[in-house]
Amino acid sequence: MGDDLQRIIDAVREAAATGVPLAIRGGGTKDFLGERIIGTPLEIGGHAGIVDYDPSELVVTARAGTPLAELEALLASRGQMLAFEPPHFAPGGTVGGAVAAGLAGPRRASAGGVRDFVLGASIVSGGGELLRFGGRVMKNVAGYDVSRLLCGSLGVLGPIVEVSLKVLPKPALERTLEYELDAPAAVAAFNRAARQPLPVSATSWCAGRARIRLSGAPAAVESARHVLGGREVESGDAAAWWEALRHHRAPLLAARTPLWRVVVPATAPLLPLETPELVEWAGALRWCRAGEDGAAVRARARAAGGAAALWHGPAGSRMFDDLPAAALAIHRRLKASFDPAAIFNRGRLDPGL
Amino acid sequence: MIPAPRDDILAALRACLPGDALLTEQAELAPYECDGLSALARRPLAVALPKTEAEVVAVLACCRRFDVPVVARGAGTGLSGGALPHPEGVVLSLARLNRILAIDAAAGTARVEPGVRNLALSEAAAPHGLYYAPDPSSQIACTIGGNVAENSGGVHCLKYGLTLHNVVGVRGYTSDGDELVLGAGAPDGPGLDLLPIVIGSEGMLLVLVEVTVRLLPRPPLARVAMASFPDVGRACDAVAQIIAAGIVPAGLEMMDRGAAAAVEPFCGAGYDLDAAAILLVESDGTPAEVEDEIARVGAIVRAAGASAVRVSRDEAERIRLWSGRKNAFPAAGRISPDYYCMDGTIPRKHLARMLDAIAAMAGRYGLRCINVFHAGDGNLHPLILFDANAPGEWPRAEAFGAEILELCVELGGTITGEHGVGEEKLGSMCVQFSPAERGVFLAVKAAFDPAGILNPGKVIPTLHRCAEYGRMRVHRGATPFAHLERF
Ligand SMILES: Cc1cc2nc3c(=O)[nH]c(=O)nc-3n(C[C@H](O)[C@H](O)[C@H](O)COP(=O)(O)OP(=O)(O)OC[C@H]3O[C@@H](n4cnc5c(N)ncnc54)[C@H](O)[C@@H]3O)c2cc1C
Repeated sequence: MGDDLQRIIDAVREAAATGVPLAIRGGGTKDFLGERIIGTPLEIGGHAGIVDYDPSELVVTARAGTPLAELEALLASRGQMLAFEPPHFAPGGTVGGAVAAGLAGPRRASAGGVRDFVLGASIVSGGGELLRFGGRVMKNVAGYDVSRLLCGSLGVLGPIVEVSLKVLPKPALERTLEYELDAPAAVAAFNRAARQPLPVSATSWCAGRARIRLSGAPAAVESARHVLGGREVESGDAAAWWEALRHHRAPLLAARTPLWRVVVPATAPLLPLETPELVEWAGALRWCRAGEDGAAVRARARAAGGAAALWHGPAGSRMFDDLPAAALAIHRRLKASFDPAAIFNRGRLDPGL
Repeated sequence: MIPAPRDDILAALRACLPGDALLTEQAELAPYECDGLSALARRPLAVALPKTEAEVVAVLACCRRFDVPVVARGAGTGLSGGALPHPEGVVLSLARLNRILAIDAAAGTARVEPGVRNLALSEAAAPHGLYYAPDPSSQIACTIGGNVAENSGGVHCLKYGLTLHNVVGVRGYTSDGDELVLGAGAPDGPGLDLLPIVIGSEGMLLVLVEVTVRLLPRPPLARVAMASFPDVGRACDAVAQIIAAGIVPAGLEMMDRGAAAAVEPFCGAGYDLDAAAILLVESDGTPAEVEDEIARVGAIVRAAGASAVRVSRDEAERIRLWSGRKNAFPAAGRISPDYYCMDGTIPRKHLARMLDAIAAMAGRYGLRCINVFHAGDGNLHPLILFDANAPGEWPRAEAFGAEILELCVELGGTITGEHGVGEEKLGSMCVQFSPAERGVFLAVKAAFDPAGILNPGKVIPTLHRCAEYGRMRVHRGATPFAHLERF
C-alpha cells in the first residue's frame, strides 16, 4: 500500500501505445455493475492511503485505492462520516471505486448523492498524464466541474487516482419509526414527511413495513418523533436494518433475475405492473421483480421521468438504458478527448463508449 | 471563413424576433455592455430579447448559421464578466423568459424558466411553506439561469449547499440546436452525469431554457448570533472550533473592521465597530434545536475570545443583523468611487494568514481593502477599493486582486468560489491549471459546442494568454508595479 501512481501511469501509457483495453479495478466488489467488462485488469488497490484529513475542514483527501472501510473508520473515530453512505456490497471496496460507481445509500434523498460530496479528483488521462480537477475546498467554480463528472462514470474517462470528499459530522441522535403500510401508502407517507421541516434521513418500505429514520440534534429528532407517530424500532435493530439496506445484505435484494432498479421522481405513482420488493429514497428508488418485458419496464420508467436499470438480469443482458442521441453524441466526444485510444473500461457504461 | 455582412445577420435576426425584441442602436446596447464587473465593458453587435423558447431556438439557429458568437445573459449581475458581450456577437438575454412553470409542493420541486429571479422563486414557493435555499446577496435581481451558469452560493450554502446541490434538472439547447434534458427529478439516469458539468459552465456549453430546482421546507425558526472579536485570528479559531464541535450552522459569516464600518452607516445593523472582526452564526430548526445550538455556539465563541455576543430576539432583528452582511458590496460602493470584489476560497485553517497577507498587500499597492466572507466554507470576498478615474488605480487593483488569487492557489485553494472565471480571471486560470488540464476544459467545451459559438473566449485561457500573464507577473510580488513597494 502506498504511492503506486507511477505504475498506473506506466500501464496507461503502454496500453495507449498498444491499444490494449484496460479494465480499471479497485477492490473488485462491483464487477457486476455496468455492462460487460473487457480488458486487462488495471489494479488501483495498491495506490492507497489518506493524503490529508483535518476534521475541522470537513474535507478528507485519499488515494483512490484506500479501502472504503478504512476511510470510514477513520472518519468515525473523529465523529464524522461520508454522508452519501456508499454501499460496500462486499469487503474490500475502495474509495475510487465508490466514486466511479456513483452509488449512494439510504441518505441519498436527504443528504445527496456521491457527486454532492466530491470536491476534487485526480485522474490519469488517456495520454498518461496526471490531471487534477476541483480541489480540497468547499466552494470552487474554477473551470468546468470535471471531478463531479467522474461520479458514476464507471471509469470510462480514466482511472481516478485521488479524491477529495466533503465529510459531515455524524448526527448526535438517530431514531427509527415503523408503520404497517402497503407500498403506495408508504410512498405517500414518505412524501408527506419530506414536505415538512423534519430531520428525516432515510426511508424504506419492505414487506408491508415502512420505516423512517430521523437523524440530527436530539431536540429536533424528539420533536419529529411526536409529529410522525408510529412505533419506535429498537436502536440496535434499526441500525442493523439501515446497514443491511445500504450494503444490500442478504436476504435483501437476492440475486434472482430479473431485479430492476427503478429511479423516478419520488412522487411518481406506483405503476400497475410494478410490484416493488423494496422502496427507498422517499419513493424515488424502487426495486422491482416484475416486468419480464425489459423494454416496457424501461419505457415506463422513462415516461415517469426516470430510468430503469436491470440490476440482475439474464446473462448477456444490458444493465442500463440507451442514451438519447444528442446526449450520446456528447458522450462520444468526451470519451474521445479523455481517452483517445479508447482503452478505459470500454463499453462498461454504454456499448457506444 | 469570411464573416457574413453585419446587415445580413441583423436581417436574419429580425426575421425571427418581434420588433421590440432586437436591439441594435448604440444607445440601446449601452446597458448591456457589461455585467456587475463594470471595469470590463464592450458593446455587442445586437441584443436579442426573446420571450419564448421558440424564439431562443430561432436566435441560436440564426447565430449558428452565420457563425456568430452568442453570449447568454440573465440579469447581468455576474461579477467576473461572464456576460460581457462579444464585439461581433449577439447578447441573448433570457430575462423575458421569466415564468414559474410549475411548483410541485408534494415533490418539493419547481420548474422555472431561466429568467425567473432568485427571490421571486422563493416568494412564489412561500405559500407552500417552501423556499429555494441558495441565496446570493444579489437574489433580488439575479436569475436562476445565471445562478445555474455560475453555480452561485449564498450565506446559507454551508448547510444547504450551492446551486449544484439544489438543482435537480435542466433543459437547454446546444449550439447545434439539439435539445438536452439533464437530470429531471430522478437521480441516477444512464450514462455520465452531465448536469454537474453544465452547472457552473458560464453559458459556454448550453443555453438553458428550463431549470428544475429542489424546494425545502422553511425551518420553523432561525436566529443569528453576532460575536465580536478583538482580533481576526481568534475569530478564525472560533470558526474552526464550531465546525470541530460537529455543528454545521445555517450561516457562518465574517466581516472585518473595515467592512463593518462601511456597512453600519448604510444599514444601521448595530455592528460592534470596535471589534476587529464580527462573526455571524445562524442556527435554524425547531425552537428547542435552535436554542440548544445557539447556546453551544455562544459557549464556543466566548471560549475562543469573543468580547461580546448578541443573539437576535426576533425575525426583524435577525434580518437587520444580516442586512449589513448582505449589503456589503453596495456599501463598499458608498465609501469608495469603485470597488473590485474578489472571490477566492482557501482551506479554513489559513484564513488568518490570508487576511494578514491581504493587509500587507494593501499597503504595498496603496489601496484599501475590506473583507467580508463566507467563513464557514473559506470563501473570501476581499473588496479592493479604488477610483477608476485616478490614473493607474484600476491596473493596480487588478494586480492586487491577481496576487490574492495566486496566494489562494498557493494555500491549496481556488481562484473562484462562486463568482466564476468569466473574462476577469482568465489569467489566474493559468496559475491554477496545467496546460493539459486546460486542454480538457477546451475538449469539454468542444464536446457540447463543436461550433464554438457559445460565450467564446471565457473561462479557458489560451496558451498565448497564459504566456502573457506569465510575462506580466514574473513571479509573485514582482509585478509591473514594482515601484509600489515605496508606498
Ligand atoms: C451586489 C451583488 C452581490 C452578489 N452576491 C453574490 C453572492 O452572494 N453569491 C454569489 O454566488 N454571487 C453573487 N453575486 C454574483 C451574481 O449575482 C451571480 O453570479 C448570479 O448568479 C448571476 O446571475 P445573473 O442572472 O445576473 O447572470 P448574468 O450575470 O447575466 O450571467 C452570468 C453567467 O451566466 C450565463 N447565463 C445566464 N443565463 C443563462 C442561461 N439561461 N443559459 C446559459 N447561460 C446563462 C452568462 O452567459 C454568464 O456567463 C453578486 C453580485 C452582485 C452585483
